[in-house]
Amino acid sequence: MSEGDLTAVWLTVKLASLTTVLLLLICTPLAWWLARTRSRWKGPIGAIVTLPLVLPPAVLGFYLLVLMGPEGPVGRLTQALGLGLLPFTFAGLVVASIIYSLPFVAQPLQQAFEAIGDRPLEAAATLRAGPWDTFFTVVLPLARPGFITASVLGFAHTVGEFGVILMIGGNIPGQTQVLSMAIYNHVEAMDYASAHWLAGGMLAFSFLVLLLVNHFKPGGRPARHG
Amino acid sequence: MLRHLLAPFALCLAGFAYAGEVVVAVAANFAAPMKRIVAEFERETGHQATLAFGSTGKFYAQIKNGAPFQVFLAADDITPARLEAEGDAVAGTRFTYAIGRLVLWSARPGFIDDRGEVLRTGGFRRLALANPRLAPYGAAAIETLTALNLTETLRPKFVTADNIAQAHQFVASGNAELGFVALAQVGQDGRITAGSGWIVPPHLHAPIRQDAVLLPGGRDNPAAVALLAYLRGDKAKAVIRSFGYDL
Repeated sequence: MSEGDLTAVWLTVKLASLTTVLLLLICTPLAWWLARTRSRWKGPIGAIVTLPLVLPPAVLGFYLLVLMGPEGPVGRLTQALGLGLLPFTFAGLVVASIIYSLPFVAQPLQQAFEAIGDRPLEAAATLRAGPWDTFFTVVLPLARPGFITASVLGFAHTVGEFGVILMIGGNIPGQTQVLSMAIYNHVEAMDYASAHWLAGGMLAFSFLVLLLVNHFKPGGRPARHG
Repeated sequence: MLRHLLAPFALCLAGFAYAGEVVVAVAANFAAPMKRIVAEFERETGHQATLAFGSTGKFYAQIKNGAPFQVFLAADDITPARLEAEGDAVAGTRFTYAIGRLVLWSARPGFIDDRGEVLRTGGFRRLALANPRLAPYGAAAIETLTALNLTETLRPKFVTADNIAQAHQFVASGNAELGFVALAQVGQDGRITAGSGWIVPPHLHAPIRQDAVLLPGGRDNPAAVALLAYLRGDKAKAVIRSFGYDL
């Protein structure tokens, strides 16, 4: 594997990890609210969270390029804040990945929170647990499978991200040239051998991760007889 | 009633029986001129041409794997030659249908002087170009910068696009202040019509030859052969030149 390919692998791991952590921080309160609220905003907000599933990634990337560009509202804001422009930077990729992978983290969490129901919360309340205490000692442990699923889906979906990064990345080694871009470049340059190695490695790695996650999931281990 | 509805379809079918059809893979940078050329070609010959636009690298992979294209208009001269050497194009049918012109372009009027001095004076954060490994215009941009002795100085400012259409998008959206694009994207009749730019003198880079070739699926198809002949004719050449290509 060339040095450039290794850099791309490392960058991809960094991007996917950071995106997953930030998404968990954003989506935990968001999903909790969606799971518990009776507000009339539940429908619209839930729909917005799901929207990134609808747009083709390259189209989403195109609009991010325009929105975060010097003439776009987000671009004007980041410039006014002294942050500069986001396209073609690692920070820009993180922002784009958070939007792109949002439903993959928010929805498993929301389902896990909904599945808990009212009873454990009421029981905790009768034992005089405060809302924060209840959340950390009752809700989080009960929602553990949901967190595992959300983390895996968020991470995997970001590793597989391509169209969005193609549009706003600029293919800069060490900053925005992630694994999927490196594979695509090899294919387009007709260097199929390098592409096969990278793609094969990516598949093997992803398979192992998914296997491990299934293994550690409650009920994921095959039952042992005897 | 039904007969009235079906009549136009029947006419179409009758037309197809006499005229041929050809499926053409066209390099994305040549989309606009090719549409105009084909409209004229269809009117004059009665043949029908279906155009698919994409990148030369992807077309290569698709042709190698049995895509139903009969004529290939590439963005370079290497890929058609490679297909011919590998037996996936009809030998002896290659020719250069257009020579691309490179432009250093900015969406801002007055940003680029007509000698490209802005490359030395700076004042920009991002310089967009097509990936030199994938796109002939990107390779020509690097050759130009190397001839000007600027490649290493400016490399930190590079943003590399997947193809020349995307390089244009990076510059047109203002995310890169300037970039190397094709004259065909920003000009008409050899002049730049939007923003500002410097038409790179041809001696600064190897000519960007775009070659066409007949694919094995089109060998016995009169429409495919006729289209290639039409592409070499004066009418097509006039259209190609008007879009900013040399010949």
